Amino acid sequence: MPATQTILTDELREAIRAHFPKYPTRRAVVLPALHLVEERLGCVPPLAVVEIAGLLDLHPAEVHDTLSFYGFFKQDKPRGRLRVWVCRSLACACRGGEDLLEYLCERLAVRPGETAEDGAVSLEFAECLGACDLAPAMLAGDELIGNLTREKIDAFVAGLRRGPGSPESAE
Amino acid sequence: MAEFEPVLLANVGKENSHTLAAYEAAGGYRALRQVLREKAPGDILNLVRASNLRGRGGAGFPTGLKWSFLPEGHPGPIYLCVNADESEPGTFCNRVLMENDPHQVLEGTILSSYATRASVAYIYLRYEYPKSLRRLERAIAECREAGYLGRNILGSTFSLEITIHRGAAAYICGEETGLIESLEGRRAWPRIKPPFPAVEGLFRKPTVVNNVETLACVTHIVARGADWFKSMGTPADPHNPRDPGSYGPKLYQASGHVNRPGVYEAPLGLPCRELIDGFAGGVWKGRKAKAVVPGGLSTGLLRGDELDTKLDFDGPIRAGCLGLGTAGAIVLDENYPIIDFLHNSCRFFAHESCGQCTPCREGTQWALELVSRIKAGRGRLRDLELLAEIGETIGIIPGTTICGLADGAAWPIKTAIKKFRDELEDMIKRTNPTGYGQVEPPPADSRVGLPRARAVVR
Ligand SMILES: Cc1cc2nc3c(=O)[nH]c(=O)nc-3n(C[C@H](O)[C@H](O)[C@H](O)COP(=O)(O)O)c2cc1C
Ligand code: SF4
Ligand code: FES
Repeated sequence: MPATQTILTDELREAIRAHFPKYPTRRAVVLPALHLVEERLGCVPPLAVVEIAGLLDLHPAEVHDTLSFYGFFKQDKPRGRLRVWVCRSLACACRGGEDLLEYLCERLAVRPGETAEDGAVSLEFAECLGACDLAPAMLAGDELIGNLTREKIDAFVAGLRRGPGSPESAE
Repeated sequence: MAEFEPVLLANVGKENSHTLAAYEAAGGYRALRQVLREKAPGDILNLVRASNLRGRGGAGFPTGLKWSFLPEGHPGPIYLCVNADESEPGTFCNRVLMENDPHQVLEGTILSSYATRASVAYIYLRYEYPKSLRRLERAIAECREAGYLGRNILGSTFSLEITIHRGAAAYICGEETGLIESLEGRRAWPRIKPPFPAVEGLFRKPTVVNNVETLACVTHIVARGADWFKSMGTPADPHNPRDPGSYGPKLYQASGHVNRPGVYEAPLGLPCRELIDGFAGGVWKGRKAKAVVPGGLSTGLLRGDELDTKLDFDGPIRAGCLGLGTAGAIVLDENYPIIDFLHNSCRFFAHESCGQCTPCREGTQWALELVSRIKAGRGRLRDLELLAEIGETIGIIPGTTICGLADGAAWPIKTAIKKFRDELEDMIKRTNPTGYGQVEPPPADSRVGLPRARAVVR
């Protein structure tokens, strides 16, 4: 813990300020700022809300008001290094999406909304990912994985255990 | 009509179709060059108006008419918002365009900004489209480099900046005023209209919100003319002065229980059956279609015997659905229980309601609870009546809510009960044969509304 109560690094502040010229108001930078903080810290803790508000000339309550609308942002503890969404909407569900979500929950030993113990992944359900042509679909970080099957999920989980960011490779 | 050649999808599938070089080689940005040399903004507005282009984002509002609502001679700034929030279940054509042919979307955006005198365009892109983000970012950089964006585009007096703004996984951000609120950094609570965005929109300035596919159409209307656009589709009904017809090419999407899910292009008016059997390879496993969502979940259900419905702006309405919506068809086979459809739909809308309007917030939640109970085998026949009542009373059309999400929640309920009542009743009777006796009569002194609430809860 640094001595001063700051949570946003200089680099992060700079990245937020870089959005200012794109909008006529500072307030419009709330969402870009929240995304940047969530990306770097894995969540947007209360102190970050205060500091974002300071940067944007807003009251912390105004930032929190926006933040709390989007279930997307986590407010307490950081989510996993990889964020995984499995679609549960109609086009996926009717092709077995909900069972596969269930299966992935079992494989990772988490419920939707939780983070696996080793901190490698957070699992969430998604409403339509806009990939219904690839149903059942899931989004793992930036990677869209379509036509999901149990085999693909097995391969995905095995890749997590091996891949970069996994506890084994972090040593 | 002559054999139809895809226009919007013409480049999709070709090598490097997302690059500027490939786009220009296929004739891209020629329309923009010519416009900036020879045409005034008003010419483009008139052209789009003459084409009778109607918005592809769901409501089918005439695009030229929407643009003409902008105040004349406004000192600016005027904003264009590109609605790339595409979150309606069953819909993915905007993704296909942005990933595979982003320049087509950008050229349409630049042309439309010119026509509406917008100086900044924001692309509101749903968070779940990281590949679209990368492709658009790169395409915008290429445009800057080539002089298609920035100050004094191609040496003209016209300047434009395009900024991508990422959403945060909320369906309501696709509603145009929810989008505007979200862009301004607030909760995505749709605004009460009027004022309409054209008069007072983003940052309280005149604003146009258009869908990605709508803007892609503008590119081709400018390149090929209004007559070309009007040469395909379903003509306006001469007996109905308020019917602007359904013209131009359309991206149809097929998903669910079909053999070849995907996006397919055809002139507006494609019969639903042709989309399923012709393009999408028929229903999977050799089965029949029990029901089809014609245009995104909000539009409700067509029954398997209504597949001759033409998918133009009017067809689904005549078949008792909300409308063409996004032309994203989800096919459900003969083995799929309608209660599962209802449950999935009600869960979606209960999850996505922004919570501002009581009828929507409460109605979608109660509908989900009722449907969950039926699905769990504890339903009662009266539940269908309660559901139907919710379906009839929430939405802009009954006049109880601010935005159309509630209408979208209502149509799946209304159409499922109307068109599949037998199946639902059978299911209730089968799973809960003694169901009638489960509700005790309300106490005589109960407050208004309580008996009904109690009937739902029990
Ligand atoms: C709940 C709700 C969600 C919507 N989502 C979208 C969307 O994701 N994309 C879109 O283009 N239009 C969406 N719309 C329609 C927009 O409000 C608006 O009509 C449209 O973007 C206008 O563009 P167009 O005229 O080009 O169709 C939605 C409407 C409602 C009521
Ligand atoms: S209808 Fe529903 S989603 Fe739309 S503003 Fe009201 S509560 Fe929000
Ligand atoms: S329903 Fe799953 S991606 Fe659309």
